[in-house]
Amino acid sequence: MSEPISALQGATYTQGIAEITALDPIGMISLRGDLTASYLKKPVKKITGVAMPEVRGINLDAGKGVAWMSPDELLLIGPYADVATNLETLHKAIGSNHALAVNVSDARAVFRVSGVHTREVLAKLAPVDTSRDAFAPGTIRRTRLAQVPAAFWMIDDDTAELVCFRSVAQYVFDLLKTAAQPGSEVNYHRG
Amino acid sequence: MSTRIATGGRLLNKSNAVSFSFNGKQLRGYEGDTLASALLANDQMLVGRSFKYHRPRGIVAAGPEEPNALMNLGRGGRFEPNQRATTTELFDGLDATSQNHWPSLEFDMGAINKHLSRFLPAGFYYKMFIHPRPFWKHVYEPIIRHSAGLGKAPKEQDADSYEHFHAFCDVLIIGGGVAGLEAARTAARAGAKVILLEQTAHWGGRAAVDGGAVEEASVTSHIDGLVSELSAMENVQMRTRVMGAGVYDHGYVLGYEHLTDHAPGAQGPRHRLWRIRAGHIITATGAIERPLSFAGNDIPGVMLAAAVRDYLVNFGVSVGDRTVVVTNNDDAYRTAIAVTEAGLNVPAILDARVLPEDSTLMARAKELGIRVLMGHAVSSVTGGKRVTAVNVCSQAGEGAVLETIDCDAVAMSGGWSPVVHLWSHCGGKLVWDARLATFRPDVNHPPIGADGHGFVTAAGAAAGFFSLDDILHDAHAAADGVVTTLGFKLPVDVVSPNAERQEETPLAPVWMMPHGANVKLREKTWLDYQNDVKVSDVRLAAQEGFVSVEHTKRYTTLGMATDQGKLSNINGLATLAGALDADIPTVGTTTFRPPYHPISMGAIGGEARGDVFQPLRRTPMHDWHAANGAEWEPVGHWRRPYSYNRPGETTHDAVMREVTNTRTNMGLLDASTLGKIIVKGPDAGKFLDMLYTNMMSSLKPGKCRYGLMCSENGFLIDDGVVARIDDDTFLCHTTTGGADRIHQHMEEWLQTEWWDWQVYVANVTEQYAQIAVVGPNARKCLEKLGGMDVSKDALGFMEWVDGELGGFKCRIYRISFSGELSYEIAVDAGVGQAFWDALMVAGNDLGVMPYGTECLHILRAEKGFIMIGDETDGTVIPQDLGLNWAISKKKEDYLGKRAQQRSHMVDPTRWKLVGLETTDGSTLPDGAYAVGEGVNENDQSNMIGRVTSTYHSPTLGKGIAMGLVLNGPDRMGEVLEFPGTDGKIYHAKIVDPVFYDKEGEKQNV
Repeated sequence: MSEPISALQGATYTQGIAEITALDPIGMISLRGDLTASYLKKPVKKITGVAMPEVRGINLDAGKGVAWMSPDELLLIGPYADVATNLETLHKAIGSNHALAVNVSDARAVFRVSGVHTREVLAKLAPVDTSRDAFAPGTIRRTRLAQVPAAFWMIDDDTAELVCFRSVAQYVFDLLKTAAQPGSEVNYHRG
Repeated sequence: MSTRIATGGRLLNKSNAVSFSFNGKQLRGYEGDTLASALLANDQMLVGRSFKYHRPRGIVAAGPEEPNALMNLGRGGRFEPNQRATTTELFDGLDATSQNHWPSLEFDMGAINKHLSRFLPAGFYYKMFIHPRPFWKHVYEPIIRHSAGLGKAPKEQDADSYEHFHAFCDVLIIGGGVAGLEAARTAARAGAKVILLEQTAHWGGRAAVDGGAVEEASVTSHIDGLVSELSAMENVQMRTRVMGAGVYDHGYVLGYEHLTDHAPGAQGPRHRLWRIRAGHIITATGAIERPLSFAGNDIPGVMLAAAVRDYLVNFGVSVGDRTVVVTNNDDAYRTAIAVTEAGLNVPAILDARVLPEDSTLMARAKELGIRVLMGHAVSSVTGGKRVTAVNVCSQAGEGAVLETIDCDAVAMSGGWSPVVHLWSHCGGKLVWDARLATFRPDVNHPPIGADGHGFVTAAGAAAGFFSLDDILHDAHAAADGVVTTLGFKLPVDVVSPNAERQEETPLAPVWMMPHGANVKLREKTWLDYQNDVKVSDVRLAAQEGFVSVEHTKRYTTLGMATDQGKLSNINGLATLAGALDADIPTVGTTTFRPPYHPISMGAIGGEARGDVFQPLRRTPMHDWHAANGAEWEPVGHWRRPYSYNRPGETTHDAVMREVTNTRTNMGLLDASTLGKIIVKGPDAGKFLDMLYTNMMSSLKPGKCRYGLMCSENGFLIDDGVVARIDDDTFLCHTTTGGADRIHQHMEEWLQTEWWDWQVYVANVTEQYAQIAVVGPNARKCLEKLGGMDVSKDALGFMEWVDGELGGFKCRIYRISFSGELSYEIAVDAGVGQAFWDALMVAGNDLGVMPYGTECLHILRAEKGFIMIGDETDGTVIPQDLGLNWAISKKKEDYLGKRAQQRSHMVDPTRWKLVGLETTDGSTLPDGAYAVGEGVNENDQSNMIGRVTSTYHSPTLGKGIAMGLVLNGPDRMGEVLEFPGTDGKIYHAKIVDPVFYDKEGEKQNV
């Protein structure tokens, strides 16, 4: 079978006030169910190795993790190649309980935004308070980027990762480039 | 004449002279000038013509309230009309032209209107152009359009870029004058996160011009101290050149930032629209001086008194050698004093008041030797394009001239009105303050937030405090109150500074000058400069029965120009109140709506232009399609290939080729855009039985079923094939445009009505690339790829199976929208292109060709399959389309069932689906109507049907169509008449809608 390719295959933009990179495919599982149930908590911990996130939280460790998406939805993140095994683990644990786990890895495009102006590039496009105190690493926002849905989180103080739907990868890349255009520093979020 | 003087000009950088042009004339100014100050420095007092009478108009103000000095700025891609000279910062190469004149500013033909002004009263257009009726559209309107209007529309695409920025804070302070700075300091010291916005490029507002002392130091050094203290604070964001444009519910505020207007061509966006969420808003927006209503108050050279002072102090510009000051208050004396101290002449101050004793400022003026005439007024100003003299009269009289004073400028002051716009945008109420003769914010009725408490507080002059000491105390107290309600605590050592007290004697309200001005004077007394509304117009409106201020505004156009009545509002409604013999507060104000001052369309659009104007959705095979001749069709936000045109081939020929090839060999369709929604849970079957008109719960795992979805009103909203994956899981295919909509539809029912049903849904549309392999050779192609059994026995029609084809993990659905042997194969999107390539290779010697949406449409129309959006338009129910077979009679309920039983839905005269075939083989025009006998009550032909889909079928070699026709299914063989928009009448026979392979043998092999 052919190697899976991302929508933009590693496109980058480095001329602006923040660096934009289209990342290789990563594994993503959308999980809906009772987030307090042990048949969900146990396999999630087993698969990701991290604790359950708080509301609007994301716990990540070495490329694996879990993000809170809604009161009954999580996003599991991990290596692309592990998705099938992880789904199996989940289905086994869920058994006859009511929950839904689906692979959405190919439905998404993933970007990294980095540099000291990362927070303001995001704030130009999303109605989100991206200030350091309101949006620290470990938190995620499921929101919109201009006219399309997106979610993003901070990897460190100046680096964000962002997911959107695959079909709008080019639009989102162009949006991020526009928001990061040279000379557009807002100098709002003080370091 | 107006000119630059040797002293003053605190905002200028005199070491940097810049050149600019006005109406083609090259002029010079300094960095720090506004366009208005630079024009005045060049003795360019005449800057435009008024809207209606084309009267010469000069600069009146020094800020955003300016009604006259509107310019066309820039050229080409940077051309913009209606830019205020008073808020435009000067830069080298600025290119301005005046507006609303023909043929030139100096000589304007339209000025003849002023001699006709007796015939152009309020409501003139309504009265004059009503008869005869057709004349409005064909005669009056085109002529008026030509002569009216301010500025020109830009012709080229905007050369600049724009952006939005979302910001959040505890306290947003709008206005960076002394009040705003003091409020910011107080809020910030309490620990609140503060944003402070100032519309100009400078901090401190009017204070530096008006003077005074704070804690023994000059007010300018006090401002400098505040600015440096605030700049050093981590929790404060200070922004100049950002105007607070509008206040909206939930503490939402729009700020309008000028980034490169003063430096065109610089890198980065031109404007930034700040979208701010604030815990609380403080409007420290200051006050605007009111003009006085006297005859000739619109002649160039008549200016607001404070503006005269601003030009002198800020820009070192004298607006005239001899300036008569006319006032009803003490503040204008500051202008007389400043002008005199600058070495220029003030021949007289005409003070409408008669004071028992001299006020402090009056005494100071007299000390300087200025002649003060109490109880006096302007009877009229003489001059054409420039003031030449003032005729003096008694304020109490009717305007008999006592004396004529030669002068070239008049500085007028009718008192000050707090800028209450932002306070009022979201419902803040106003109260009439008789002492100040103005409306000010009513602290007991602020705009109310979601918690029932006010979320806007006015501070300083915006709250009605006009002395420096009062302003500082009020700003401090306002901020203290705000941060306390937000849960912060002000350190005890943070107290309000004290300013030197300057006693002022109250003003006397003067709404007409002189008090008993006769009609001749009133006809020359302007209220609204831009729209040419005079005192006589408002009085006429009152006389004609207009009592509501909102109606009077619209009848007279008072305050309806681009300045939105910043100068005219209070004077206008006071005039109306006077004419109605009513109190000013009972007449009230018109509504204040955002934006405070016009903002650019570019800023509103933000980043959404060019490539990112709208999201464009691409399938995993998008680039392949583009490289292989795709003629694109927009479907929702997707782009789908309409056809794949070969070199030299027309689109029509390509479509015909694709149809024929698919029917004889095989075709590939990129069906990735079709919606795919997973529905899972113990109640999934029950849920789908409610959503679809037919029974889904009885579907066996491994099988597929076509279903229809209706809204609760019974109308068809979507269709598609449902596959049952296992006992608890279904996969619902939707139309391309329906994917997101139907997903939301499902979530809505699950979250609001059936929240206790155990069902989860997930939209997995984009997880898969889905390719339809269609045609007699389809199976051979898949067998060539190999890996799984795709024979009729292993995978029958309307079945699905998981497997591996040519090394690709896939799910194959044996479904057909073409009537041919057809497999729809879903693979992970990441390998979609590779799988497509593999199919193209495998199909190479089987005659494979990709086909587009038009071919898809023809294939389905030949089979009589309906298309959502063609055969449906939101008013069509399944029964209209002969789809009764897909409506369960066994089910107790489904969405739309009850609606479909209503009388209109079961009406036998509803138009029904039939096939249509032209008698001569031509193709019916799309959307054409069939005409019946007779006419309706509007004398139009009666309609008895319409075309919903129409194509040329290469398979059948003739035009085929579907349509909805009155009693259609009962009229088989009848020929209907369809008049086309091309003048021809098409004749078409009613036939069965299935044109091809009615038995379905081809798809079931």
